[in-house]
Amino acid sequence: MTDLNKLTIAGARDALRKGDVTSAELTQSCLAAIDGAGALNAFVHNTPDVALDQAKAADARIKSGDAPAMCGIPIGVKDLFCTKGVASQAASKILEGFTPEYESTVTTQLFDAGAVMLGKLNMDEFAMGSSNETSVYGAAINPWRRAGDAAALTPGGSSGGSAAAVAADLCLAATGTDTGGSIRQPAAFTGITGIKPTYGRCSRWGIVAFASSLDQAGPMTKDVRDAAIMLQAMCGHDPKDSTSATLPVPDFEAALTGDIRGKTIGIPREYHMDGMPAEIEALWAEGRRMLQDAGAKIVDISLPHTKYALPTYYVIAPAEASSNLARYDGVRYGYRAALGKGDGITEMYEKTRAEGFGSEVQRRVMVGTYVLSAGFYDAYYNRARKVRSLIKRDFEQAFAQGVDAILTPTTPSAAFGLGEMVDADPVQMYLNDVFTVTVNLAGLPGVSLPAGKDSQGLPLGLQLIGQPWAEADLLNTAFALEQAAGFHDKPQKWW
Amino acid sequence: MSIDIETASRVAKLARIKVSDDALPALAEEFNNILGFIEQLQEVNVDGIEPMVSVTPMPLPRRVDDVTDGNQQAKVLANAPDAREGFFAVPKVVE
Amino acid sequence: MLDLTYEAPKVKTISGAKSDWELVIGMEIHAQIASNAKLFSGASTKFGAEPNNNVAFVDAAMPGMLPVINDFCVEQAVRTGLGLKAQINLTSAFDRKNYFYPDLPQGYQISQLYHPIVGEGEVLVEMGEGIARRVRIERIHIEQDAGKSIHDMDPAMSFVDLNRTGVALMEIVSRPDIRGPEEAAAYVGKLRQILRYLGTCDGNMQNGNLRADVNVSICQPGAYEKFIKTGDFSHLGTRCEIKNMNSMRFIQQAIDYEARRQIQIVESGGSVDQETRLYDPDKGETRSMRSKEEAHDYRYFPDPDLLPLVIEQSWVDDIAARLPELPDQKKARFIADFGLSDYDASVLTAEAENAAFFEAAAAGNDGKLAANWVINELFGRLKKDALDITQSPIKPEQIGQIVSLIKSDAISGKIAKDVFEIAYSTGRDPAEIVETEGLKQVTDTGAIEAAVDEIIAANPAQVEKAQANPKLAGWFVGQVMKATGGKANPKAVNDIIMTKLGL
Repeated sequence: MTDLNKLTIAGARDALRKGDVTSAELTQSCLAAIDGAGALNAFVHNTPDVALDQAKAADARIKSGDAPAMCGIPIGVKDLFCTKGVASQAASKILEGFTPEYESTVTTQLFDAGAVMLGKLNMDEFAMGSSNETSVYGAAINPWRRAGDAAALTPGGSSGGSAAAVAADLCLAATGTDTGGSIRQPAAFTGITGIKPTYGRCSRWGIVAFASSLDQAGPMTKDVRDAAIMLQAMCGHDPKDSTSATLPVPDFEAALTGDIRGKTIGIPREYHMDGMPAEIEALWAEGRRMLQDAGAKIVDISLPHTKYALPTYYVIAPAEASSNLARYDGVRYGYRAALGKGDGITEMYEKTRAEGFGSEVQRRVMVGTYVLSAGFYDAYYNRARKVRSLIKRDFEQAFAQGVDAILTPTTPSAAFGLGEMVDADPVQMYLNDVFTVTVNLAGLPGVSLPAGKDSQGLPLGLQLIGQPWAEADLLNTAFALEQAAGFHDKPQKWW
Repeated sequence: MSIDIETASRVAKLARIKVSDDALPALAEEFNNILGFIEQLQEVNVDGIEPMVSVTPMPLPRRVDDVTDGNQQAKVLANAPDAREGFFAVPKVVE
Repeated sequence: MLDLTYEAPKVKTISGAKSDWELVIGMEIHAQIASNAKLFSGASTKFGAEPNNNVAFVDAAMPGMLPVINDFCVEQAVRTGLGLKAQINLTSAFDRKNYFYPDLPQGYQISQLYHPIVGEGEVLVEMGEGIARRVRIERIHIEQDAGKSIHDMDPAMSFVDLNRTGVALMEIVSRPDIRGPEEAAAYVGKLRQILRYLGTCDGNMQNGNLRADVNVSICQPGAYEKFIKTGDFSHLGTRCEIKNMNSMRFIQQAIDYEARRQIQIVESGGSVDQETRLYDPDKGETRSMRSKEEAHDYRYFPDPDLLPLVIEQSWVDDIAARLPELPDQKKARFIADFGLSDYDASVLTAEAENAAFFEAAAAGNDGKLAANWVINELFGRLKKDALDITQSPIKPEQIGQIVSLIKSDAISGKIAKDVFEIAYSTGRDPAEIVETEGLKQVTDTGAIEAAVDEIIAANPAQVEKAQANPKLAGWFVGQVMKATGGKANPKAVNDIIMTKLGL
């Protein structure tokens, strides 16, 4: 077989089980693809030795008949996951040289299932960004280009390296994390599938924290079936994470029947934003029609506090981040600034953090510091927590009316050019998360899948939002939509 | 709410991020931008609404009081920028 | 209840140059919970390990690490609350207190600001017989301890040890009900006693397992009463917080110094700055901690890594049912059941082990006599040998035997001391010692009569003198005791002599 790196997880799994390919071959194929894709800047720490060892072990396991679905599947891992003995620096200078002595729960589970790690993937620094431009490694590049235009586009963020790598077939799948849309927005920008599960589904242990009450890991894959397979391996109860749910994990792949007859899909009227491109509106309407054709009942719903989701998010996430990132102080690991004569501990902190954090991270840490500071806590932080309760209540009311899932666009636009937003104020960039961030605030599962292209040939995604813990049902709805949309396009290789 | 240079400087100090004096005006302006954006929250009626405590309500799990961890000085110090004699070393702290 | 009979102690006043001043003191006691593992990690809490050895990655705040709470620590906080007759809050929550310090790896301390696990309670602090201060407890919350920074190992660097980082503390916050340095020390002592009875904290102040932050202010006589009536702090002076005191003696000294310092400032027309101070025991003075003075803003907010802590009333009830008898109750019972004096009862209940020893010795015996023997003989002897009660070579049952031998007239008090000494140094049973060594009192009147007759017959002159002056009959008692090797029952000897002499 050629182009093994282009296989899906399901395809590779079946071939591995049949003995048509070995994990070593799959892995070699991906490693070669990675070698040829330096221009994408997706992989930032390559681990070929780890990969080949794991592939060998996986092949032995497959031979012995003990082969879980992920066994022998080469994947990429977002740099936010701590991987034992492998550089893990959240794309930040402040974690320069940091090599954890421990393995995150999610990657442990993936490796226990036999997955093969090809390397660590680019991302926005500390997962703060929507374009991958805040990375210390430089931006990852979207394998897609506008028709007839060689301008480099963003793969989205923060899981931009993961998205670029999967879209360019450098790996079969990748891990991502999503705090305000960081799996779904890059998935939409690169024509792949990504799911953020219900808060508490995946353990956060060993994942560098951005905003603890919002962060969730999830898979980024080539299709919905792969998302189901990989999510299955990633999630489950972890006693090391106090917010990890004790619920059993259903068989997600088995739920993919494509039959959504009788399901009720809600269309939230507040997601019709002023100035949203007509193409996005059209795609959304198309998605609505496809689901209806598949037998679902479509209802218009209202999520009245949608408008306040972004400001709520931009209080809560920076507040938590300002505290979560206080540990990067140059004392126990990572970067420590060179000190001048007479510099004491305070100068050490201030210089280390000024030199070690990029400007977006600094901005959010300081905004978070401000909203928590004396005299402002109630006006900002506590008020944001109350509005968050209202946002969650909006969803609960919709679900109480019998809505099984909610259909929205994933993003308000297709991928934009790198550097295009440099001069815009940060708030403009934040608007990228407008459709995704509500899902994090309400702790719900959300999946993005490619459903069409814009006039310049760039992929566009639709988002489905499910009830808490209803990932199986949500993935099945996504599967039905995927079949109807029939999006199989790949970026043309230019790198 | 408008943030002046002095407030920006105080926030930077609290966050232990060095910001040079000439960068403060721009920082204050950025803050004002973002705060102007989140100012929208003031228009929401939150009377009688409880602040969200946890997005997926469940009981706090508790661990048994057994020693299951630690005893790993080398691993704890492995990534330290400056470790000496089993300690993390930092510039002198004056109390 | 018993404590209704207590009277409040006199408020300590200090004379300034211009007038008299009263003291108002509130305390925050940090008590290390006696757990095996840390509050949020599985690392050991053992004291004295190699630096940075008892450290889990959570304690070192490695990226991505998460806290999981230790159930035992929660239980100990509840026990302590119950022991202080306090309100137990079935729902509490953890908040982050944010500040930068090298021995605070997370950059925040996990504590409970908004919803502590224990609410209002009280401690009765005895200041003499029938006199006690009732100190109200405002709250108890659970929090993480910080690590240790060592500043004197290198001229340019400070060294950080995280072994202590994340160890569970209870912070016990009092109302400003303490009115003098002695009361403050007694309050710490009483709290320490209760914690040790409960077993929730070992009370070891030297190792820092119990330490106090002391808030001191001064006011004019009468002002405190206005504060109590209205709850308005403006009636009180500006307070200073003296941090991290781990000796009762130093607590007294520091408060005394601090009060006088404040009086001097106020009387000379100045005003006291609200600040954090440190006591220097070498110089005997407090000084401002400048490093803590720069605008602190802890930015408390609920820890998103931890859900609210919800406990069941049935669990609390179960803990309450298993609570040991506490010092106040025990002391009252000793007084009532054994007829002990207030003083003896206090001495015997100071430590739970002493009380248990006494009770075992007094079982089925004369309690008062047993108390005498434990306090006067045993404690004295143990002190001489620098032993504590748990190391006593003589068992409580053996003291009990001595007491019952005395009580049954089998031995005299004098012989009993010899028996005690033998039992203490050999471990032999007193009953056996008396038997083997032939120390039993002679109560056989025939034998005593014979001895008396013999001495009367041999000393006719003395007989005459005694018959003229009965006070001199004592000479015969002495002679008989001598003749019987001290074993004759002195009362029997006396009776027989009086009869024989016709007195």
